[in-house]
Amino acid sequence: MTTPLSVRVVEAELRTYRRTWRGSVFTGFLNPILYLLAMGVGLGTLVDENLSVGADGISYLAFIAPGLLVATAMQTGAGEGAWKVMAAVKWRQTWHATLATPVGVGSLALGQIYWSTLRVAMVSASFAVVMVLFGVASPPEALGAMVPAILVGAGMAAVTTAFTVRLQTDAPLAMYFRFVVIPMFLFSGVLFPITQLPAWLQPVAQATPVFHGVELARMIALGITPSVSPWISWFYLAAVLVVGTVLVIAPLRRRLTP
Amino acid sequence: MSDALIQATGLTKRFDDFVAVDGIDFEVRQGETFGFLGPNGAGKTSTMRMISAVSPITEGSLSVLGLNPATEGPRLRARLGIVPQENNLDEELTVRDNLYMYGRYFDIPKSELNDRIKELVEFVQLTEKIDAKVDALSGGMKRRVTIARGLINNPDLYILDEPTTGLDPQARHVLWDRLYRLKQRGITLIITTHYMDEAEQLCDRLVVMDKGKIVAEGSPQHLIEIYTPRDVVELRFPIGVLETLNGKIEELFDRTEILADRALIYTDDAERMMATVHEHGMEPETVLARRSTLEDVFLRLTGRTLVD
Ligand SMILES: Nc1ncnc2c1ncn2[C@@H]1O[C@H](COP(=O)(O)OP(=O)(O)OP(=O)(O)O)[C@@H](O)[C@H]1O
Ligand SMILES: [Mg+2]
Repeated sequence: MTTPLSVRVVEAELRTYRRTWRGSVFTGFLNPILYLLAMGVGLGTLVDENLSVGADGISYLAFIAPGLLVATAMQTGAGEGAWKVMAAVKWRQTWHATLATPVGVGSLALGQIYWSTLRVAMVSASFAVVMVLFGVASPPEALGAMVPAILVGAGMAAVTTAFTVRLQTDAPLAMYFRFVVIPMFLFSGVLFPITQLPAWLQPVAQATPVFHGVELARMIALGITPSVSPWISWFYLAAVLVVGTVLVIAPLRRRLTP
Repeated sequence: MSDALIQATGLTKRFDDFVAVDGIDFEVRQGETFGFLGPNGAGKTSTMRMISAVSPITEGSLSVLGLNPATEGPRLRARLGIVPQENNLDEELTVRDNLYMYGRYFDIPKSELNDRIKELVEFVQLTEKIDAKVDALSGGMKRRVTIARGLINNPDLYILDEPTTGLDPQARHVLWDRLYRLKQRGITLIITTHYMDEAEQLCDRLVVMDKGKIVAEGSPQHLIEIYTPRDVVELRFPIGVLETLNGKIEELFDRTEILADRALIYTDDAERMMATVHEHGMEPETVLARRSTLEDVFLRLTGRTLVD
């Protein structure tokens, strides 16, 4: 039995990951604990004393937990597609070496997206465990909420990779994080409902994958009825992933196999 | 067709309007070591990359191991060993991990791969460094890791793009020795270089490339015989003197090359030639008589030196 080419890429990444897995598993648990403590418990106590953000009886902690899960997955995915990719195509050119093996550009791109998805899944899983520990979701609910989170993270990995492989320097990456990734975290319904935004900004927020991921995660974990049809959200997230992946291949081919 | 492992006809590579490889024909046979000798920008790497199925050909035809690189890339690369001009190692990883990852791309089973890694690391004499980060290795050691990496899949054809550029003389000799052993095992090797001594040492046959074209082809011996007399005398003059001789040297001898700081005179009788130089009152600072090399062949063919 031969291993599919894209799976070989995932295996190679796993070998690299062996070097750093302890640290990354540690932060995988530490991050959600800190976020949920600071924003869910600390800030949440203030919020809950004054108003109710979600449907009746839902605490701020419970409200933002699925949101933060999706946001964390999104940032992990973006991280996988950024400087690491720049190093592989430009600084260390390790992908040049990969392409001298049976692995071709398509399998390499696909393998990288698989690997990013796996990383996002790991981070989401530790987040889900913490959610259960904080008592905001039952294990099946937390597990279910992981699905849209992973889809958002994978899509962001694909889109970010597609962006990075077109760059000559890494300067635009810092801009990308400052003006796309972080605002997406702050204003796409993770920390507060987008109805709080000025009317003209709401459609912008609705166009982000994070918004759709959060709507789905809240529906699954808390039973909150989403403001758009879940089918639209699922389809949109899948489309982002597919389109992002397709957009990686052509520039990568032009760049690495001229 | 013949028993050629590589058959190229009218092979051309263009980058936009720029012609990097300009319709070259060559054939590489089973078991031989075949060289591409040429200066910077001659098109050596572009040619290697087309053979390695990592760069599509623009025109002409190319068959490697009986396969078409354009349509059978993965199958072809599975049987090639490639040492690119740049090492492209993952510097953050150890020697072992670099080889392991690369081996998995070829789907070599894990247990077999671990044994193979040990053997190869021993072959390039890096056993003590197997768990060192590549980052911490010298340039010559990194090159040896790349050489080992290229052999991980027991290739039928081993392609090395400037294997020893940037290495000190001792490291080069170690590498030549390793390559010579591979050659004795019957592996077909392709080497590009701009060192004529490397080409002379290693290659059974070679082509001389310049500006995307092949300007000569044959064994090193054969090329030297047909393009240059047996001996060369290098006359080095104090700065400025060469200009004042005003073409006198070219008048006196029929095979000469005048470079910035020295005159090369090709001859089959170095002694008589020296006598003539003195008779005409020329007083070179130093005189060096030596055998002709591929460098002289290149100079003859292009009027330029290989390494400038
Ligand atoms: N991707 C590319 N895009 C545009 N031009 C290129 C590209 N790759 C190579 N070239 C050009 O093609 C020519 C041949 O380059 P190539 O790398 O094949 O030469 P070379 O013989 O390997 O030289 P060197 O000894 O410096 O390695 C050079 O002029 C180079 O600038
Ligand atoms: Mg080159």
